[in-house]
This record gives sequence, structure tokens and C-alpha cells, in this order.
Amino acid sequence: MKKHNLFLRYGLLLLLPAYLLLHFGFNLPASEYDEVPLLNSQCPPGFKKNANNECIAQNLYMQYDSPNNKGVGGLQTGLPEIRDGFSPQEIDLGRYLFFDPVLSGDGKIACASCHDPGKGFSDGLAASIGANNHQLTRGAPSLWNVGYLKRLFWDGRATSLEEQMQGPLFAEEEMNNTPENLLFSLNGIDAYKKLFAEAYPERDASSPIALNEIYTALAAFQASLVSLNSKYDRYAHGYHKALNEKEIEGMNVFRSFVARCAECHTPPLFTNQQFAVIGTPEPEGMPLDPGAEVPFNDKSMRGAFKVPSLRNIEKTAPYMHSGRFKTLRETVEFYTKGRGHAVPEGEQLYIHWHIWNPELSDYELDRLVDFLKTLTDETFTPKIPETLPSGLQPTINL
Amino acid sequence: MKSKILKFLGALVLIAIGVFLGRSVFSGPKESTIPMPSTIKYRNAGVTLDSSEVAMNKVFSGEIIEVKDGGSIQEAVVAANPGDLIRVYPGTYSENVYIDKDDISLQGVVMNGKWPTLDGKKEINDAFLYSGNGIVIENFKIINYKGNGIMGQAGNNFVIRNNWIIDTGVYGIFPQYGKNGLIEHNVLSVIADAAIYVGMCDNVDVVHNEVFDSVAGIEIENSRHCLVENNYAHNNTGGLLAFITPGLPIKTTFDVIFRNNFVVNNNHENFGAPGSTVAGIPAGTGILIMAADDVIVENNIITGNDNAGITIVDLANGDPKANDPNAEGNPDRIVILDNIMYENGNNPTGELKAIMLTQLDNKGPDIFAYGGGTGSSILDKNKYRTFGLDDYGVPPITDTQEIETMMTPAPVPARSVSKEQLGELTYYGVCAGCHAFGTRLIGVPTEIIQQVYHNNPQGIVNYINNPLNVREDYPDMPPQDYLDEEAKLAVAEYILSLKE
Repeated sequence: MKKHNLFLRYGLLLLLPAYLLLHFGFNLPASEYDEVPLLNSQCPPGFKKNANNECIAQNLYMQYDSPNNKGVGGLQTGLPEIRDGFSPQEIDLGRYLFFDPVLSGDGKIACASCHDPGKGFSDGLAASIGANNHQLTRGAPSLWNVGYLKRLFWDGRATSLEEQMQGPLFAEEEMNNTPENLLFSLNGIDAYKKLFAEAYPERDASSPIALNEIYTALAAFQASLVSLNSKYDRYAHGYHKALNEKEIEGMNVFRSFVARCAECHTPPLFTNQQFAVIGTPEPEGMPLDPGAEVPFNDKSMRGAFKVPSLRNIEKTAPYMHSGRFKTLRETVEFYTKGRGHAVPEGEQLYIHWHIWNPELSDYELDRLVDFLKTLTDETFTPKIPETLPSGLQPTINL
Repeated sequence: MKSKILKFLGALVLIAIGVFLGRSVFSGPKESTIPMPSTIKYRNAGVTLDSSEVAMNKVFSGEIIEVKDGGSIQEAVVAANPGDLIRVYPGTYSENVYIDKDDISLQGVVMNGKWPTLDGKKEINDAFLYSGNGIVIENFKIINYKGNGIMGQAGNNFVIRNNWIIDTGVYGIFPQYGKNGLIEHNVLSVIADAAIYVGMCDNVDVVHNEVFDSVAGIEIENSRHCLVENNYAHNNTGGLLAFITPGLPIKTTFDVIFRNNFVVNNNHENFGAPGSTVAGIPAGTGILIMAADDVIVENNIITGNDNAGITIVDLANGDPKANDPNAEGNPDRIVILDNIMYENGNNPTGELKAIMLTQLDNKGPDIFAYGGGTGSSILDKNKYRTFGLDDYGVPPITDTQEIETMMTPAPVPARSVSKEQLGELTYYGVCAGCHAFGTRLIGVPTEIIQQVYHNNPQGIVNYINNPLNVREDYPDMPPQDYLDEEAKLAVAEYILSLKE
């Protein structure tokens, strides 16, 4: 009897570790997914994780006020409000999605194909190329600091990243996917199902991936692309040796009321987020792009485009909405060639009042280029995933 | 005889030496009579009703740096620290002075009628550009620039005073994105846009200035809480303007008082640049209110303006080219109190002329209102020749004497950030690109920094200033000496206090 008891007792004691081993063993990720990393639980640089597992933007511009909270002003002015508060897991999941060609209809184009971190989150093309080599008519805008922007697309037709991304995802000539097919392909990939379950822990882990989860994760990743540590920023925060004499001369041309660059490309973001008709020429043989006239159904906005930020502008040649100018030098020269000089005959454009005849000298144009190159900062460039949950290659070039 | 002559000559020499010594000893250096400039004021609002009592000024704490003819004002600005006063003596200075620091005062010293003169020779863009808070610029003559005489981009608590500005391009004085400022006793002429242009600002007083021979005299644009008082605006295309320019990021103009100004004979031909907003102002415009709200016009002398004394229009009629769905284009709640107006509208032009002809009148009115807008009012309407004021009621007030200034009672404080916040902003905003807790990014994990520099924030500061790589398996860290001293120590302490 006693022996029997002892056996039972020790048997139970032995069973417990065995049970625990089995229990945890089965809950480890199955070995066939070992190459898929779990999501990052830390916020990307530029963000601090708060107690609710939200990433909140942190930068030196938060030392300053901004007039009427618009995020426009001078050197020491606060930024506009940013889209933040995403979880680190959402941001990291968004990173996988962003680089994954599985998001396109034929599995060949990722967001990163046209928004390549190696090319300033643009693609180096005058106008991008979509599915089946379709030639588009506008260039891919850089995504740096896109979380601060209130309107998206060159013509400003979207007011949120979630709304914006549905344009290229489901346009036949861009990524050529459909919402149904996107859900079908992602829900067919176990690794993605696990990652989505981890990024959205509040819902049932076995629920299928939903569209709004995809949109939120991509928005979270894009809003984390922050560039605020350029040489210019060091100057702005008070270290005046950060810029050399020529760059400072360029900055003074930039903000003077002769060139008037800063009137629309206003610091600290180098855009005032308004629309402007500046009348740039299209590439040879292309008709005039009506720009914001179409979404706003407003004749006075014919040829108007959203003022783009100039941060990392050095990295995103060619320039203007359809990439007519190959270099920054050609671009700045446009502004001194005369108000409306490139407007096609027969077009009635309401050219912006700041476009005038500033008669900038060659020397001043060179200095402007020097200054524009001080706006480069890619220190917070995210890592490209080595492997993707889809098993596809995270190739960024077509 | 010879010795007498020698004695006489000797005495003459002695007298000459005496006079010379006496003059040089007793006349004293002229500089000593120069008063310190008064900076932005803390006001005792409501002490008495008829004056703006000054409780105290911000006190000068810094050095006085002198610039003499042949020297460079910009070099003095580079050398200056917040709180310093730069005194510029008579001479010609052909330079672009930019001030990206706080609390710098620039004071011209006028001697024997000779001014320190900034001459842009029509080659240099701007005379003064500033972005700092607490900038004072006074007693300068500024001529022949291409862009602006004085331009501010951001910068609160500014004082721009006693300057004599002629033909400086687009604007004479142009603060933009500033809060709490004073523009007084300046004389400006021959400016191709606005002589004084308050753009996207708040709480600015524009008082005791003379503006003439320009396209626009004084322009309050996309700004709030502004007092324009005791100015003399004459022979401009338009005298005083309050309006909204569409397409700007700050989209409102309201709470503006035009009071006790002379707005006389503003009939200058319009020489504004094609495409500019002011290029559309008809010659002969006394006061123009376009799309601005809550503007009070009180006790002005408005005479001899050939188109109309006061013009009130909405954006759709005043500036139909630029459309901005986010800018509300109607002038609402305009209040016209007692004003002296005669001999306005003697030679109307353009649209106004056509509209008046439909009334069988070939003269322009004293007051012309056209387009949308509600809630406006006028005192003693029958006194003036008016058009379009049928729905103007009786003003809710009779005067504005209780409003002495639109400036804020005390200087706008800089946003204060605690040391811990500064450390946190610096850590996440800069350091986090390479360092994180628990993982290796580009540099060592943060907890290793904590171990090495336990209780030694200064050690981190020293390393930040002059990194010396001791780990073969890590890349060199670039010096982060551009961070200011306060931020370096703050971030060092923050790193050591981090828990996760």
C-alpha cells in the first residue's frame, strides 16, 4: 500500500514536467515557420512606446510651438500633427506587407517597387510603371514624413493613408489587385495569419485577415518613416556650424522674398500642404495634366498640385509631378524663367502669385541646390525584410 | 621784436592746444547719449483707461557689440548671444543680415543726422531676415533691396521701430508667423507690394507709421488681433487693407481695428507685380476690407481717395481667381464707427465705376460694400455717401476706447520643456536611430551604455562630443556635438534613468 502510494506520488511528480514539456512544446511556433521572424515589439526610432503599447512620435521639434498649430513657420517651429499611436507590431507587420509583392494581382509588384527606400522611397523614374509594364503619368511621391501630411497623391484626392493605398492596390494599371483577391491570397498564407493574429491580439486568433487590418498595418508602417535629423535640422536647433557658408547663402535665398521658396515649402516640413498652380512643363509629347482640377471639380485648380515636402529631395530625382526635370539645378531654374513661361498655348491657368520673375543669378541657383542637399537624412531607414511570409522575394525592382 | 612774435605765436599755439584738449575732454563721446532700446513690454492692462501703462520691460542682460562703418552687422550677429545689443553706427552696410537666434537687439545710432544705412544696391535680396523670438530692430535706414527691408519667419515678441525704408522691393516690413509684435514710428515709401505687411500673425500693433508712394500702405493679411492706429497712409494705390489671401495655411483674418489713421489721397498708379493680390487693387482705394471678419473702422480721416473711401468685398468679387474651399470668403460683422470722410470717389475706375453708373452716379462712394457678408453695422450712416449698406444695422458699440493694444499682456513665453522631456525627445528623436534597449541596432544596446557610465552622465556627454571607439565589432559613432549642451546632459541623464 505504502509502496503503491509512493509510486503514484513520484509518478505524478514525473508526469508534471512531461505534461508541461508537451504543453509548451506544442505551443512553440511549428518548425516549418522557423524562418519567419515574430513581429518587433519595440517602436521604430523616432517613437516611444507608451503604457498602451502605442508608438508616440518623439523629436526635437517638439520643443517648439507652432503658430495656430498649423506646423508651419520658421526654423524653430513645431511640426504639424502626425499620425501616430500605432503598435510596434502593426508597424512591423506593415513593413512585411510593404515589401511583399503578394499584394499585387500578379505577385510581381510591392509598394516598395515604386517607393524604394534606396531611392528616397520613390523609384527614380519620371513616371512610375505599373502592372503589365503600364506606363503611368505621374511620379511616385516620396513617403518620408508622409504621416504628417493631411492630403495624399499629387492631386490631393485622398485624406488618409488608408484611403490613399486603395488607389494603387486596386488600380488595374498599378498593382492590379482586387480586395477579394488580396484577402484570398493573404488568408492562404499561414505565416501572415499568425502575424496578423499577433498584431491584432484583441480579435480571435483564428479569424480571417480583414481588409482594414491590412490598411492599418500599411498606414502604421508608412507613418513611421520619419526624417528630421538632417544637417539643416542641426542648424535649425541652434548648431550654426552644421551648414557651411554656401549652404547658408542658399538657405537665405530659399527664404528670401525674392525666390520665395519657403512661402510654400515652409519649414519645418518644407511644405505648407496647400495646392499651387506653378505651370511646369510636361515631358515631351505629354498633354497637360489637369491635376487637382479633376478631384475638386474646380477650374481654378487646373494644373494645381499639392506642394511636396522637400525633405530628402536630393534622393528623389527626377522632379515635378511627371519628372520633367532631371536635376535639382534644372528644377530651381524653372522658377526664374518667367511666370507661366511653360504653359501650353490655349491653356488658361491661374498661376500662383508667388510664381514671378525673381531674376535669380546662376550663383544663387547653385546655392539653392547646395541648401536643398542639406535636407537629406536617412538615418531612420527601416530594414528591408530578409524573407517574406509569402515566401516571395522582397525584390524592390521590377 | 622777434621774441615778441615768438611769444605771440607760442601763446596762439597754447590756446589752440587748450581748445583742442578742452573739446576732446569736455565734449565727451556722443555715444553716451544713446538710450538703451526698450524691448517688448509687460503691460499693466487696465491700470488706467487712457494709456498703456508699462509695468516693466524685459531687461537687457547681455553685452553691447558695436559695429562701425566698414564693419559687418552679420559678423556681430554671429558673435552675439541671446540678450546682446548690437549698436550700428552711421555708415553704409551692403549686406543681408540674418538672425537665427533669440533675444537679439539691433539698434542703429543716428549721429548728426547721419543714419546707419543698409543699401542693397538692387542686388541683395533682403536687409534683415529673422527667425528668432524677441528680436528688436530700430533706427535703420534701409534702401534698394530686392525682396524685403525687414522680414520675419516665425519669431514672437518682435519690435520694429523708427526705421526709414525706401524701395526695398516687395515688402518694407513683413513679419510672418509671429505672435505679439510692435511696428511703430517707421517711415516707408516706394514699395511694390505692401509697405507694412502683417502676414499670418497674431496680436500685432501697427502704430504711428507713415506709408506712402507704395502699392499697399498697411496690409493685415490672414492675421488676427491687430491694431492699426495713428498711421499716415497717403498716395498709395490702397491705404489700409485687411483681408484673407486664399491658399495660405492659416486661413482667417478677424479682430482688427483701424483707428485714428489718416488715409489720404491714395491714388497712386498700381505698380504691383502681375499676379500678386495687390495688383488687383484699384487706384484710389482708402481702406479695403476683403473677407476679413470683425473689423472696426473708427475715428479715421479718410479723404481724397478717388475710387472709394472704404471698400468692403467678399473673396468671390475681390479675388475671384484663387479659390480655396477652406477659406470663408465673406466679410462678416464689420463695424464702422465715427469717421471723417469727404472728397472720396472723385475718379472711380473699373468694376466700381460700372456699378456706380448703373446708379446714375459717376462718382465713387465714401463707403462701398459688395458681395456677401452678414452682421455688419455703421454709426450715423446718413453722414456718408454709401453703396450696398442697406442691411447694415446699428453698431453694438460706440467706441473702442477700452482697447489700448492688441499685444499680449506679457511676452509670449517660449514653450518650456523640462530637462527630462528634452532628454526623452533627444533619445527617441536622435539616439534611437542606433541604440535601443535589449537589442543591437547600429550601436551598442542602451543597457550597456548604462553599465559603462553608471552614475556618470558627464562621461556620456564627453563621449558624445568626442567618440572614441573601443569596440572592434561596432562602427565608429559620429560625434553628436551639434546637440546643445543642455540637450547633451539631459539625454545622458535620460539614458541612465531608462528602465526598459
